[in-house]
Amino acid sequence: MDFFLVSLIKIVVVFGAFMTTLAYLQWVERKVLAHIQLRLGPQRVGPHGLLQPLADVIKLATKEGLIPANVNTFFYILAPFLAVSLALISIAVIPFGPEIELFGVRTNLELTSLNIGVLLILAISSVGVYGIALGGWASNNKYSLMGGLRSSAQMISYELPMTIALATPLLVLNTLDLRQIAERQGGGWFWNWTAFSYPPLLFIAFIVFLISAFAETNRVPFDLPEAENELVAGFHTEYSSLAFAGFFMAEYANMVTITCVSTTIFLGGWHPPFPAPYSNFVPTALFWFFGGVLLFHGLTQPARRWDRFTFPAFGVISLGLGAIFLLAATVLPIIGQILLPVFWFVAKVGLLLFLFIWVRGTLPRFRYDQLMRFTWTFLFPVALGCLLLTGLGVALFG
Amino acid sequence: MMLPNAVPVSWYLILSAILFSMGVAGFLIRRNIITVFMCIELMLNAVNLSFVAFSYELKKIDGQLFTFFVMVVAAAEAAVGLAIILTVFRHRMSLEIDDVSSLKN
Amino acid sequence: MIPMPNLDVLGFLVLATFAVLCGLSVILQKHAVASALSLVGVMGSLAVLYLMLGAEFLAAVQMIVYAGAIMVLFVFVIMLLNSGSERPAKARYFAYLVGIPSLLAFLGVISFFILKELPNTSSVQFGAFTQGGPAPVGRLLFTQYLLPFEVTSLLVLIAIIGAMVLAKKEID
Repeated sequence: MDFFLVSLIKIVVVFGAFMTTLAYLQWVERKVLAHIQLRLGPQRVGPHGLLQPLADVIKLATKEGLIPANVNTFFYILAPFLAVSLALISIAVIPFGPEIELFGVRTNLELTSLNIGVLLILAISSVGVYGIALGGWASNNKYSLMGGLRSSAQMISYELPMTIALATPLLVLNTLDLRQIAERQGGGWFWNWTAFSYPPLLFIAFIVFLISAFAETNRVPFDLPEAENELVAGFHTEYSSLAFAGFFMAEYANMVTITCVSTTIFLGGWHPPFPAPYSNFVPTALFWFFGGVLLFHGLTQPARRWDRFTFPAFGVISLGLGAIFLLAATVLPIIGQILLPVFWFVAKVGLLLFLFIWVRGTLPRFRYDQLMRFTWTFLFPVALGCLLLTGLGVALFG
Repeated sequence: MMLPNAVPVSWYLILSAILFSMGVAGFLIRRNIITVFMCIELMLNAVNLSFVAFSYELKKIDGQLFTFFVMVVAAAEAAVGLAIILTVFRHRMSLEIDDVSSLKN
Repeated sequence: MIPMPNLDVLGFLVLATFAVLCGLSVILQKHAVASALSLVGVMGSLAVLYLMLGAEFLAAVQMIVYAGAIMVLFVFVIMLLNSGSERPAKARYFAYLVGIPSLLAFLGVISFFILKELPNTSSVQFGAFTQGGPAPVGRLLFTQYLLPFEVTSLLVLIAIIGAMVLAKKEID
């Protein structure tokens, strides 16, 4: 019975955290984009727009769910369900931390451990195209159809370099179990991570994987399925209300999943970049630094009227978090064994997510023929070369 | 309803036979080239299931490898077949098999 | 107390029913996209059946290659040609009167012989046969079946070139 209880708790925690992340990722994206473009971003709902995700959810849920005339109703409704449920599955095999012992129960910080975890993630990501393609086709709209067509062609094409780039570190790690993959990179400095072994081969594989990940998640600069100045909104032109929310959530869920996968496989999972006794104090230092900066700015030179109250409040919260991490690192190892690995994992995932948003704010969209030429004549050969050279390296020195 | 305690491998074989017959039936009654092609894929899948079932029965993984090869061949077949279908469509503007009959009489 | 049904049996029955329904849908749906989606359903349930038979690597490959690549290609071509529903066929009395009954007879004979000739096949239990992981499959693939493997890769290369030549638009 212990197993079921522990699994249930883990499911509730992971699902809650995942959903909150999805909601706030959108807020973060709007804020970061706004600041890249010298705007303020969401400001009205709550302090600094912090309640904006909630308002968005309420708005989307209360809108009328319109089913246009002449659509294939069954597939029209099935498509967003398919997209969002497939996007939410993969998080189940991602390990967030090492094996922990809490109240006499030993458990892994992940939902389920599969010895073919990498293959499961590949399978789900390759089936994920159906949601978009089907939504585009069932809408009975030429823009949607173009979006669906583009997305299926694009996802088949970019799956090849992605899979090959993902297979390259597996040659070094010699397992398909995501937990073992993360464990084999730990116990030392960051050059034990796969992205930095056999330099520069695996780092190139990591870059290839990231580029393909942008395409697989239909993000700028590869967002041709929804290119708004050519196709209105692409495959989800006809969708409104919760069906649209489904597609929207699927996009962010895919983003989170793919960054989690690249963190686990290439960036050492939950392991800190340098050995344990010193890395334990990095979270505290970071939080206290941010808290200090916020307090200083809020109290001495607030740019806007409300900053005088919000910045010091955030600063105090940040200082408190730093104190919690200090306690966790020194006198409360029972919390530290959970908090510290999760901090490093979340930090790496957050950096990669920031990269996604940064690129969106920076790069223009590819043209369709450029997109195809790029993957088939550049990305795919590079990934293949990396795989072959790494295989040679492992055979000679491994 | 009483459920038996275990599923014998022969049930898997019968499921495979049912799916295979469906593939044959679809192959016979459908007129759309792509659907006919999909019925062939259905037959291949049915055969794969019996390979894997026999692999379980004999406790050897050779059957699974045959399935692996069938999959690769199916992928190659799909690529070439769909290219042929595209060419046919470009010339005849139709996907009905009955329209592609210039060699008949 | 209600006896807990055996999960192996329940899983098989549910998946087999789903596979058969999807298979019927493949051959009865009027529109090719619906057929393709039903075929993906068949493939998905077969993948889970492979898992129950201990072929985990194959189950993953089934999803990646069949459902994720081949069927996406089908859906892509169907959507690209966008030819609409199949036009109602002229009644094919020969197919319906001879083909379907003989097919059913074939099915009956096959099932009869399977049950008669193989009465004592081992019962399927999830986890009883664990040789289907990536490592054993890979080992066998690169030792005993190396030649077929290489020949298949050559076949795939030929298929790629063939498909490119066929689907290329003539430059006028």
